[in-house]
Amino acid sequence: MAERISLLIDNQTVSVPIGTLVVDAAKLVGIDIPVFCHHPKMEPVGMCRLCLVEIGRPVRDRTSGELVKDETGAVKVAFSGKLETSCTTQVSEGMVVKTTTPEVSEARNSMLEFLLTSHPLDCPICDKGGECPLQNLTLRYGPGISQFPYDDKKHLAKELPLGELIILDRERCIQCGRCVRFQHEIVDDPVLQFRARGRSMEIQTNSDPGFDSIFSGNTTDVCPVGALTTVDFRFGARPWELRQVASICTQCPVGCNITINLRREVKSGGGATIKRIMPRQNEQVNEIWICDKGRLGHHFVESERRLTQPLIRKDGELVPASWEEAYQLVEDQLRAENTRLVTLAGGRLANEDLFNLFQLTDSKRGKPVLYSQMAGGDLTAQIGLSAGSNLGEMGKGSVILVIASDLHQEAPIWWLRVKQAVKRGATLIVAGARPTRLEKYATHVLRYKYGEEAAVLAAFSHSSDVNNENRAAVEALSAAEDGVIFYGSDGLGLTGSEHLAKACARLIVDHKFYGRKNNGLIAVWDAANTQGAWDMGFRPDRNLKGTLREADLLLVAAADPAGDDPAFAKAVQEADFVVVFELFMTATAQLADVVFPVLAQPEREGSFTSGERRAQRFNRVIERRDGPRPDYEISGHIARLMGLNLEEKSPVLVMNQIASKVPAYSEVSYTTMSAVSPQWPIIGRADMYYGGTSYDNKEGLGVSLPSAADRGEELSLGALIFTDSPAETSAGLRLIPVTALYDRGQMLQDTIQLALRLAPQALLMHPVTAAVYGVQDGEMVQVSTSQWEMEYSILVNDSLPEDVALVTRSNGLPVQAPIFVQIQRQRKGEGD
Amino acid sequence: MLKGLFTTLKMALEKPVTIQYPEHKRPVSTRFKGRHTLKRYDNGLEKCIGCSLCSAACPADAIFVEAAENSDEVRYSPGERYASTYEINMIRCIFCGYCQDACPTEAIVLGDQYELSFRDRFTSIYTKEALLEAVPDGVQTTPQKTLPNQFNRSVPVMENPKD
Repeated sequence: MAERISLLIDNQTVSVPIGTLVVDAAKLVGIDIPVFCHHPKMEPVGMCRLCLVEIGRPVRDRTSGELVKDETGAVKVAFSGKLETSCTTQVSEGMVVKTTTPEVSEARNSMLEFLLTSHPLDCPICDKGGECPLQNLTLRYGPGISQFPYDDKKHLAKELPLGELIILDRERCIQCGRCVRFQHEIVDDPVLQFRARGRSMEIQTNSDPGFDSIFSGNTTDVCPVGALTTVDFRFGARPWELRQVASICTQCPVGCNITINLRREVKSGGGATIKRIMPRQNEQVNEIWICDKGRLGHHFVESERRLTQPLIRKDGELVPASWEEAYQLVEDQLRAENTRLVTLAGGRLANEDLFNLFQLTDSKRGKPVLYSQMAGGDLTAQIGLSAGSNLGEMGKGSVILVIASDLHQEAPIWWLRVKQAVKRGATLIVAGARPTRLEKYATHVLRYKYGEEAAVLAAFSHSSDVNNENRAAVEALSAAEDGVIFYGSDGLGLTGSEHLAKACARLIVDHKFYGRKNNGLIAVWDAANTQGAWDMGFRPDRNLKGTLREADLLLVAAADPAGDDPAFAKAVQEADFVVVFELFMTATAQLADVVFPVLAQPEREGSFTSGERRAQRFNRVIERRDGPRPDYEISGHIARLMGLNLEEKSPVLVMNQIASKVPAYSEVSYTTMSAVSPQWPIIGRADMYYGGTSYDNKEGLGVSLPSAADRGEELSLGALIFTDSPAETSAGLRLIPVTALYDRGQMLQDTIQLALRLAPQALLMHPVTAAVYGVQDGEMVQVSTSQWEMEYSILVNDSLPEDVALVTRSNGLPVQAPIFVQIQRQRKGEGD
Repeated sequence: MLKGLFTTLKMALEKPVTIQYPEHKRPVSTRFKGRHTLKRYDNGLEKCIGCSLCSAACPADAIFVEAAENSDEVRYSPGERYASTYEINMIRCIFCGYCQDACPTEAIVLGDQYELSFRDRFTSIYTKEALLEAVPDGVQTTPQKTLPNQFNRSVPVMENPKD
């Protein structure tokens, strides 16, 4: 523990660690020192001069070094002649700080008056009006009138789009530099800068497309005025009209805590509409940040494409039916003798849905299948990240190994947290087949060829035959006290993922990186609740096609196999009776015999288990629409018709059943998931000037699940060996699936704001590979396998490995695992 | 008795106090607070910028505003923002005039109209179309097509009160 220092702020004694800034020390004891440029997550700059205070330091005798005392015996304190900026001054022993003297008030008053000379005061139309630190601090500390002529205000064009997502109003900007510093220091996307000086200083972006950062929305939160606004919320509502409901982001396995802002609108018939998504503080998960996908990706909820009533197949057509009819049909199928039941569930479902579906399937001796291309959930449940771990605490002495994952695209907030751990002194080893954004911060970079993931990890066990670069990484891993391994699905199908997960688990076991805080294995899952699905009993299936084909009764929930791969579509067609739980009319739903419309995540309650294995609850944000029902209710009702004792009324009751059946969840309930504890920095509505407009967390930090190792259970990890799946060889070009943040999945289709940022629909290849196949950059080609044939374009990039082509998942081509394809140039003159 | 009859006679010859409503209407005082009107500038643009401050000031929660963005092609009001929906529920309204006080552009004014009657709750909700005053003669109604940078200020430049 760092050495502590005590000082006196406004006659209150404060004890804080050495190195703390005066402004933060004051905040700790509830004394507000107004700031604009200071942010507790960023380095101090002292630009706004609003935090001026009187600071006195004890006087020491120059010769003896003793503290000088006055007549009464008290230590003599000398105040400097001028006010000091409390945001750049670190505390020192015996310091005396005065924040309420007339001089301080006068200084604040003048600073605010001066800032307002070039502020347009268009609060009535400003999106920040009502939650604006400038507005609040002016009311509290500022002058009522200005001595400066109103006509001298600078006038610039109001709207200056920095990109298609963020709009800048230069008049409102008070040049605090928080956005610039956020982009430079925190997310290392230095796309914003100041231009010119003095009163003409402006923010500008130097990237193409403008403001090219996946974290850009956070700048609107830290902006202390309405200079930066998102297109999504522009003029959407006044902040005081909004209601707040806590939720969990559904877009990736990080499980960012969010607060959804709503208000009643005409377009929803007087019902609540989601107006914006804001980060909710959880220092152990997402701190106070979220990525733009999470911030803008909510539009699917209000999509026109949503299903509203059950459909059943009559005379070959799907026709609307009542719930009773639909339930009856499914019940009849379930009651038939020797029904081979297969349940295919996606990681988008909540724990409660998955539990009910699993129990229903299990009671019929059916096969519960997880629709995922990643393996290893059984391993993460046993030797995964231990309870109470916090990536935000990892630093010196820790090692983080990231393999086969482009964290920046797969789980942006983890990327941020790993990067920050490196800043605090952690050792980062990145192993990848292609360069990723994370490698910039890596102490050691290991490069392998796609398909040799486990082989590269094997080096860590047999340190004898490794080259020099790898030896350093191997030694770093062996020397570390704490270790976390992230593995992803970059270029891997299910088989490859199984081998990689086992190899990672072997390393964890060999180095004893489990069963202790800040140690363990983390899978960068492909969906928000894939870990929960494993915990509830679902397992992916290597022979999914065969399993689907042989099913007598196939239940598909939150998965669209037919839409993802024509081969699966054929298999689903061969299944005898298909029941689909869906939000949208997907390709699988079109093949179904019964389609149940389900509620979207913000329309219902439930819980997700994040990749760090933190069970977190989400609330019902908007009123349940008529028609659709939640998945747990539908599956629970069917189970009850079958005579099973499952809950259908409330996810709270389902969670009680989960707690009694799944050991890791024994401590989990809706009450424990809602527990909160004080967090630093202090964020919240009353402290917007300090931490920005992110929401404070009053609704629950979630429960960090203990791994089997934490619980002291005997581990059954199976044979953990370093082998890769046998390399397939075939004629043609090897396509490698990778994950991009902005893909063309169902959930992102309604977010038109991101249309320009979607991953290119192209085969990414090295120029040499392109030359081999005789194709050029930007050209359209015919891509085909024995199953399908599609048109796709080519993008050439010389940082990629040779001999393969990369393709983004959920982006048009049905590529889940590495496959071989034929590509053919299109004949000239065609299609023009 | 004669005295009484005389009074009656005197009153009968005087001008009547009552007026023949609805044929005749009594003028109201200048400070009368009747039904709201949404004002326009002389050029026909709406004064309302959809800031929702009237709604925030309203003690009866009678006002509902939704805003949207202006463009030079489709312009309703000066500046970037206009009210795409503006509704006042007249049965809720208590005619206190706080909305008028809160308005930064003097767009909403409690006028001299007092004839408010409804057959059901829905007709008591006055929409923007009902509340907006007519455009001055010879001026195009909103939305207008305007020149770039002609109307880029939402709130007119404020002046200190003259009196």
